[in-house]
Amino acid sequence: MVDSKQQWKAWLYLLPAIVLLLVFTVWPIINTVRMAFMEGYNGLAIVGGATFKFGIGNFAKVISFTSFKTSLYNTMLLCVLTVPISTFLALLIAVALNSIRPLQKTLQTIFFLPYVTNSIAIGMVFAAMFNIVGNMGTDGHDIIITAGIINNCIEFFGGEPINWINAGSSYWANITVMVVYIVWNALPFKILVLLGGLQSVNKQYYDAAKVDGTPRARVFTRITVPLLSPMLAYVIITGFIGGFKEYSSIVGIFGEDMGPAGAPRRLNTIVGYIYDALPKMNYGQASAAALILFAIIFVVTMINLQVSKKRVHY
Amino acid sequence: MTSTKRTIMNERNIQSVSVKQVIFLVLFKILVYAFLILMAVIVIFPFYWMVISSLKTLAEYRLSIPTFWPKQIMLSNYADAFTTASLGRLFLNTAYVGIVSTLLSLVITVLSAFAFARLEFKGKDAMFGALLATMMIPGELFTITNYATINTFGWMHTFKVLIFPFLVSVFYIYLLRQNFMQIPNELYLAAKVDGTSDLKYLWKVMIPMSLPTLISITILKMMGAWNSYVWPNLVANDDAHRMITNGLRNAFTDATGDVNFPVQMAAVAIVSAPLFLVFIFLRKYIMSGVSRSGIKG
Repeated sequence: MVDSKQQWKAWLYLLPAIVLLLVFTVWPIINTVRMAFMEGYNGLAIVGGATFKFGIGNFAKVISFTSFKTSLYNTMLLCVLTVPISTFLALLIAVALNSIRPLQKTLQTIFFLPYVTNSIAIGMVFAAMFNIVGNMGTDGHDIIITAGIINNCIEFFGGEPINWINAGSSYWANITVMVVYIVWNALPFKILVLLGGLQSVNKQYYDAAKVDGTPRARVFTRITVPLLSPMLAYVIITGFIGGFKEYSSIVGIFGEDMGPAGAPRRLNTIVGYIYDALPKMNYGQASAAALILFAIIFVVTMINLQVSKKRVHY
Repeated sequence: MTSTKRTIMNERNIQSVSVKQVIFLVLFKILVYAFLILMAVIVIFPFYWMVISSLKTLAEYRLSIPTFWPKQIMLSNYADAFTTASLGRLFLNTAYVGIVSTLLSLVITVLSAFAFARLEFKGKDAMFGALLATMMIPGELFTITNYATINTFGWMHTFKVLIFPFLVSVFYIYLLRQNFMQIPNELYLAAKVDGTSDLKYLWKVMIPMSLPTLISITILKMMGAWNSYVWPNLVANDDAHRMITNGLRNAFTDATGDVNFPVQMAAVAIVSAPLFLVFIFLRKYIMSGVSRSGIKG
């Protein structure tokens, strides 16, 4: 069957893909591991002909840095907060959407809208919405007047406006804004997947429950959730993977500094940490951090798969 | 006699229950709709606020009691945004990178998918498995070495660096291969008997038959170029090659904090507009691509 003419033709067709993948995908995998285990590997030093000994020095160094610990903490915190909230909300919305007929298509379209947006651009809208109200400025030069609709609303209902993202804002105010934005951003994909799952569920289960007079809450926990469990597992796993790679949503709101004015890098993430190291040509440390990120994602995905093996009903 | 009585009582019973149930059902429906509409308002509000703010004067934007409809429509904000962020240049750069990388990506994807779907060669399955395995690795891992590589190539601050490193998408090859496999092999063999060349067969039969997938790939690739931020920011953040998302973010990062928000919102609206058009007219292609991947852009 396998004639030689087809052989070389196949390789010819694959050639452009293979060349590009070898240079920009396969070599990076090998090289990243290599650089991570060469102690103190640096893009500038290599030009000077420096040699590096193998070891785990890069890892030890990266882990000891406060900046890395902050990044790791921020990333994990955002993951742990946003994945459950967005999954739960998406589940509620998907189930509610599935139960209605009129307006279903319109609402479905609206809920999908945030998916096609630019996370930097809309982050800037959120930043404007969470802006401080009134005069802002230090040492008497309070000439700058800004306005944010969220604080306007808080004031309207008689509350004290909160400094969400500006200079002097608290860490937890920053985190709250990030959680709101990330959840808002994560909803459309989750709703799409869960609604797709719900629409393929066999109607007979619900008919049987109706005949038995099963209460709604019980139908939800005993029929809907188990039948949806493969899709739930899928959105949770992809949610965690995306969450550990969080970066551009923070840039969208706080800019390149990854923190409010006066506290740069306070909201840095692991990915942000890796990118910070590149212009300094700290390739060894960046590679070590990237491998740590890969290991975390791998372990979390494995745990998720193990849990879902027990819980998911196919 | 008794049996008819019993049925009447039963009917009444059912009726009273059903009235209660109907009330409960109506209340429940109202609650469901209220929840959905509230969530829809939250989802849509940032877009509404973006458009409304972009049309206000700076004075009106700063009113302590916000207006929900501009008193005076300031279309000039859009012109200001265009010049402040030099969106024209950014747009051309992005369009160039988007179009070139989409065309090249389509050619590479079609040829590779064809080889994997129709041709027989040694090591095919192993090779395809290896390709799929690379999908599990986070992209950040490639970025470090690619940054070093393009430094060595001297590609820093060129269009090449924006086009080539992430040109081949294993996911697209996989998607299109699945599509190609569904086209019956008899068609290919018949074409071979007729002496049709592979490329002609690809062009006349396979490409038309998998057009929806190719359109999905085109849209996702173009959106990827439009939304890309991290990589361009690292390697081509100069005036001649800056991409639109990058330019948008940098144009309004003002050290004084005194940002003209209406103009900024107008710039954001301009950058978002093409995405909305894609959303309105080509939604089904994105949704079918998305639900199979979970990859954004």
